[in-house]
Order: sequence, then structure tokens, then C-alpha cells
Amino acid sequence: MANKTAESISRDEFFYGHKACAGCGGSLAVRAALKVLGPNVVSVLPAGCMSAVGFNFPQLCFSNNSIISTFAGTASMLTGVEAGLRARGYKDFTAVGFAGDGGTADIGIQALSGAIDRNDNIIYICYDNEAYMNTGIQKSGLTPFGAKTTTTPAGKNIHGNIRPKKNMFEIAAAHDIPYAATASIGNLPDFIKKVQKASQIQGTKYIHVIAPCPTGWGVAPDETVAIAKEVVESGLWYLAEYENGNFKLNYKPKEFSSVEAYLKKQGRFKHLADEDIKLIEASRDKKWEYINKNFEL
Amino acid sequence: MRPYIREKKNFTFDDVPENTSFEAGYLTTVNSGWRSIRPVINSGKCVGCEQCYLYCPDGVISIDNGKAVIDYDFCKGCGICAKICKIGAIEMEAERK
Ligand SMILES: Cc1ncc(C[n+]2csc(CCOP(=O)(O)OP(=O)(O)O)c2C)c(N)n1
Ligand code: SF4
Ligand code: SF4
Ligand code: SF4
Ligand SMILES: [Mg+2]
Repeated sequence: MANKTAESISRDEFFYGHKACAGCGGSLAVRAALKVLGPNVVSVLPAGCMSAVGFNFPQLCFSNNSIISTFAGTASMLTGVEAGLRARGYKDFTAVGFAGDGGTADIGIQALSGAIDRNDNIIYICYDNEAYMNTGIQKSGLTPFGAKTTTTPAGKNIHGNIRPKKNMFEIAAAHDIPYAATASIGNLPDFIKKVQKASQIQGTKYIHVIAPCPTGWGVAPDETVAIAKEVVESGLWYLAEYENGNFKLNYKPKEFSSVEAYLKKQGRFKHLADEDIKLIEASRDKKWEYINKNFEL
Repeated sequence: MRPYIREKKNFTFDDVPENTSFEAGYLTTVNSGWRSIRPVINSGKCVGCEQCYLYCPDGVISIDNGKAVIDYDFCKGCGICAKICKIGAIEMEAERK
């Protein structure tokens, strides 16, 4: 029984034996992307879960060349890796970064912006688990409204995070980047196609993949993939691309699944009141009004 | 190809690399002790559709002769494979101590 996606990527494993929690969505994103890009990839990982679980001397879980960057410096190190290898005459390689949501939307945003501005030939992948997980679940700029973290606790008066999620995909696109995309680890064929496409394009590529974290989201380890599908079905995340100045929606749910069902499955949203859920639905609808108007299908 | 378990040297301070580089894919410890439940594949049922292989976060499933097989040294027992298998060819069983 042939599986087209499986046939299109390497059979080798490049992220193996890592110490991520059982069912970690971020590790699935890194594993899948490396299987697309192959052995000649140099990966750069800033401080965050994926470097913490991948590099535990002497246990090194990347079998491709791989390096840890400063927390803020993923994109600048990618620039250096790409320029250095090119200067030494290498041609057949890819410089790819895997940074968390905090490492991307907060502390790493200026380095990323600079790299896009220079149009350096790199792939930047943000695995978005919607908080600073490696340091014990603090709010980042990509934590959604209402989520409980250690820095946005849920109490009687304030129900978790009071700010909406930053729109990193469109921020990257606003640089007029050659290629940007959103994805979900719940839809690997789509994510893998986007990484393949990015690897064929010259210049800076940005892929933002939603990657649930069972530990921080309060879901069972076997729920990660299912919840990553559900966030798309409920319309709270979307699969899209930006290319040649145009936004394209890759998938439109016929009918949104229940936002409440999505939220109430997760420990981080358990405290939400009906009014909070109404607010989340309203902001989803507003977002989709914008998408329907501005993205081609 | 997958990285494999190496002999764990008793690193002395002198063996630790002075610069920051070391051999890629150098594994010295397994993850099997993390499991409380383990996935068991029913080869009679498995149709080799590769969904479990694709979605395993740890990459421990491979397809051999059209059937899924698991590297239990590194499987963490998350249960994603059992959920993704549409035909129910993977059962999660209690890990015997
Ligand atoms: C300059 C700097 N500030 C803070 C830290 C501490 N730190 C390490 S990982 C991390 C959280 C990373 O969060 P994110 O980027 O979302 O990745 P995740 O851990 O969620 O995968 C923090 C705050 C650091 N290593 N360097
Ligand atoms: S805390 Fe979350 S992101 Fe970090 S390794 Fe565990 S599951 Fe993955
Ligand atoms: S998902 Fe099920 S049927 Fe498909 S390869 Fe895995 S065990 Fe076999
Ligand atoms: S239980 Fe988890 S780690 Fe083990 S084979 Fe299944 S998906 Fe992979
Ligand atoms: Mg994070």
C-alpha cells in the first residue's frame, strides 16, 4: 500500500533518540522537516525544547550537522552558516532553523526580520507550541487569548492570557518574503509539501507550524496529532501560503467544528467562562472574514 | 538508516571536546524506560499504510515487508500510532515490569 507522502521523503531518521516528552508535537515537526531536507542540511536550534531534548552531551540526537544558537540569534546564525558554507565552496546544502514561538515572535524577531530583509537563502521554521515550554510554560507573543500559563494565571478576575496571538505569518509576509506558510503537525502531507516547496525557492522562507505540547496544553500524549487537526477544523488556525505577493488559503473547513469542544479538551483552557468562549469565536469569525476577503482559495 | 546506541565511554574532563563540536547522531541512552504502555502491532491486520510511521514523533516505526515494526529501545509509549491507525492494527498494552 503506497503512501505518497512517505515515498516523497527520506527513509532515514535524522532526529532520533531525543528526550522530548512522549507525544511532543515539536519533535514531530523537526523530524518530518529533516526527512524532507535530507543529510546535507545544517540545522540551527536556539534555546528551547528542541535544543534541550536534542543535545545532551554525549547523547546527540541529530544525525545531520546541527548547532545551538543563542535564544535571539536563530536567524543570524542561519545567515552565517549559509554564507560560510557558500564561501567555502559548498553548493548542495540547506540551512534550516527550528525555533519556538518565544524564540521567534518575541526575542528572535529582529534577527528574523533582518534575515528576511537581506533575503538570505535560509529556511526558518517556527514550531509553535504557544508558550515558553522549556522553562516551564510562560506566556509568549504566540500564546492565544484565554490560555493559562504560569505568567498568565487563571483567577476569578482574569481568565488567563488577556492578549491575542501575534500574527507571525503575516508579519513575515509583510516583509515581502519569497515564501511563507502556515502548517499543522496534524496534517503532515501539507507540512511536508510546504517544506519541499521552500527547499526549491531562493531567498528567505518562513514556515509556521502549529505543534501542540501535551505537557503545556494539558492534553494526553496520544492527543497531540488529533488536537493539531482540531485547531484547524475549528478555524482557530488555518493552512495558508504567501508567495509572489499573494496569500493563498490551502484548506477551508466546510463547517467549523466546535470551538468550545476544542478548548475544553485542554487543561490550559478549562477555566474559561462562556463569555470568554464567545469572545474567542467572535475573533475567529473576524479573522475568517479577513481571510475570505483577502486570501485566494 | 537510524542513529544507533554507542558504547558509553566514561568521559573524563580531558575527553570532553574543547571546542563545541562532537559526533552527530551519537546515542548512549535508550528511552524505553519511559513507557508505562507499549504499542503492539497486529501484523495480520496491518496493511502497511505507513500512517503510524509518518506520525510517530520519535520516528521509531519502520515498514518491513509491508508491515509496521517498532524500535522498542526508543518508543516512549505515547500512543499516537494506535490512534492514527484507522484499522486498529495497533493495541496499547500495559508494560510488564
Ligand atoms: C537570552 C536568553 N533568555 C532566556 C533564556 C531562557 N530560556 C531558554 S529556553 C526558553 C523558552 C523557549 O521558549 P520557546 O522559544 O517558545 O521554545 P519552547 O521551549 O517552547 O520549545 C527560555 C526563556 C535563554 N536561554 N536565553
Ligand atoms: S514540554 Fe512540550 S514542547 Fe517541550 S519537549 Fe515536552 S511536549 Fe515537547
Ligand atoms: S497505521 Fe496501522 S495499518 Fe498502517 S502501517 Fe501502521 S499499523 Fe499498519
Ligand atoms: S507509542 Fe509513540 S513513540 Fe511509540 S511507536 Fe507509537 S507513536 Fe511512536
Ligand atoms: Mg514554545
